[in-house]
Amino acid sequence: MAGLLTTAGPAITTLAQRSEKAEQELSAATKDAIPVTLHVNGQKHNLRIDPRTTLLDCLREHLHLTGSKKGCDHGQCGACTVHVNGRRMNSCLCLAAMYQGDEITTIEGVGQPGNLHPIQEAFVAHDAYQCGYCTCGQIMSAVALLSEPVGPEDAEVKEFMSGNICRCGAYQNIVEAIQSVRQSTNRQKAG
Amino acid sequence: MKIFELTRADDPRQAIAAAAKANTAQQGADIRFIAGGTNLVDYMKLNVETPRQLVDVNHLPFDKIEALPDGGLSIGAVVRNSDLAYHPIVRKNYAVLSEALLSGASPQLRNMATTAGNLLQRTRCMYFRDTAMPCNKREPGSGCAAITGVNRGLAILGTSEHCIASNPSDMNVALAALEATIHISGPKGERSVTIGDFHLLPGNTPNRETVLEPGDLITHVTLPPPSPGNRSLYLKLRDRASFEFALASAAVVITADGGKITRARVALGGVGTKPWRSMEAEGELTGQSATQAVFQKAAEAALRDAKPQSQNGFKVELAKRCLVHALKLVTQTA
Ligand SMILES: Cc1cc2nc3c(=O)[nH]c(=O)nc-3n(C[C@H](O)[C@H](O)[C@H](O)COP(=O)(O)OP(=O)(O)OC[C@H]3O[C@@H](n4cnc5c(N)ncnc54)[C@H](O)[C@@H]3O)c2cc1C
Ligand code: SF4
Ligand code: FES
Ligand code: FES
Repeated sequence: MAGLLTTAGPAITTLAQRSEKAEQELSAATKDAIPVTLHVNGQKHNLRIDPRTTLLDCLREHLHLTGSKKGCDHGQCGACTVHVNGRRMNSCLCLAAMYQGDEITTIEGVGQPGNLHPIQEAFVAHDAYQCGYCTCGQIMSAVALLSEPVGPEDAEVKEFMSGNICRCGAYQNIVEAIQSVRQSTNRQKAG
Repeated sequence: MKIFELTRADDPRQAIAAAAKANTAQQGADIRFIAGGTNLVDYMKLNVETPRQLVDVNHLPFDKIEALPDGGLSIGAVVRNSDLAYHPIVRKNYAVLSEALLSGASPQLRNMATTAGNLLQRTRCMYFRDTAMPCNKREPGSGCAAITGVNRGLAILGTSEHCIASNPSDMNVALAALEATIHISGPKGERSVTIGDFHLLPGNTPNRETVLEPGDLITHVTLPPPSPGNRSLYLKLRDRASFEFALASAAVVITADGGKITRARVALGGVGTKPWRSMEAEGELTGQSATQAVFQKAAEAALRDAKPQSQNGFKVELAKRCLVHALKLVTQTA
């Protein structure tokens, strides 16, 4: 009996939750929705969204760009990392309507199958993931890191990647992947 | 999250006029400025903050870092923490500030977080974050769940029987040691407040955290010129190597002449209910030789009034060792 109750638990919506959900759906559809124009991966999108919509939810639910992931929804894990005007940010703490006019880049805009970014290629080559849930965020951070003032050592890379948590613990290979790209870029610069 | 109206201010006067209608400037404020949003949106998701109107201040002309004629520095309210940390003048003249900023949060968050937002970031006390729990800061008069609960990360200096929440900011600790001034523009005009007077002790009104009144907008922060020949440093101790709040930290700005300390500024983080300047420690250091024994005396003085809670007694010793080590490192290179 107890077992049945616990397994049934998550499926039950309390009345309070239901009315809050219903209210949210209503407001998004009608009274509180606001017009918003976003520039994502070089494309312009005219949307009507609830002002509470985070950039992360807007990308995933409205634009169906599901590469950016929701891990914690509170700035603590980095799974939602995107670039805004070339700088990495946690899209779960951005209100989408505040980023009109900004150039937003998601993992979908960084590279596609057949046309991968060197960081994406390096993640594949170095097996820099296990389940893959954190990977898009890791790659967005790693791509941004290439143009940040990061010293040459592994320790520096670890420090600059500390905003991206990997539940599978793929950290060692992530650092190797990033370093391989930095070293080959440096070799190209020197040569 | 409660529904709100999102508005954007293109002129400081608009922002001030809008926010002046709020019932309070702090806990329970129904109109709030939003900058990076890294603190406010976090707390709105938890229904700890429930503003009915947000005023976006990111487009106000407060995004500059400028050298002042007196040799000091002016830092705009919406300057991002990462831009401030890497600014050449900050790195050269105010290393402690650059180090404190870079020890805080993550690169992504630092790209969003602003000067004013960081000054006003609220405690990470887990009961403050949980609306199901009693908390005098969130709901005055409801009690403090932390005093008899999980208080390992909370304060040991400046506490009251009503609240023991620690100020989580690293930047604020460096600003305290650098004797920064906060510039505010409000419904009654402009005024300046030193960092020491800006944050309030909890006393019996922990819901009031700063001197700000409804409509008060932070426009910029100024730093005095660096004292000639000083060395400065920020040392942060925490549960993991990065991306974690301080258990104890120390910001030290020291001028030494032939092994003798001629000027000392000391502030502690992670242990105070506000960024904790220790004039007691400064008094023990000034005029003395830079030795382990002197550093130890300064640390004892800084923590003399510490009131540990059930789980954070270790912070007394940790903060002392943190300060001693910071002083050792900063005078080694001097
Ligand atoms: C996971 C995580 C880890 C973190 N780790 C650390 C850490 O280790 N060290 C650390 O120091 N910090 C840390 N932080 C906190 C971070 O530094 C703050 O959230 C940030 O500095 C807040 O700045 P903001 O611009 O985003 O503020 P917002 O969230 O936009 O605003 C915060 C407050 O400031 C008010 N405000 C904003 N601008 C003005 C203005 N011009 N005038 C008056 N009021 C204003 C707002 O109304 C709001 O009340 C962490 C945060 C997260 C989410
Ligand atoms: S310490 Fe302060 S913030 Fe934490 S529960 Fe007590 S009153 Fe609330
Ligand atoms: S989902 Fe944004 S940081 Fe975790
Ligand atoms: S690969 Fe699974 S969380 Fe990182």
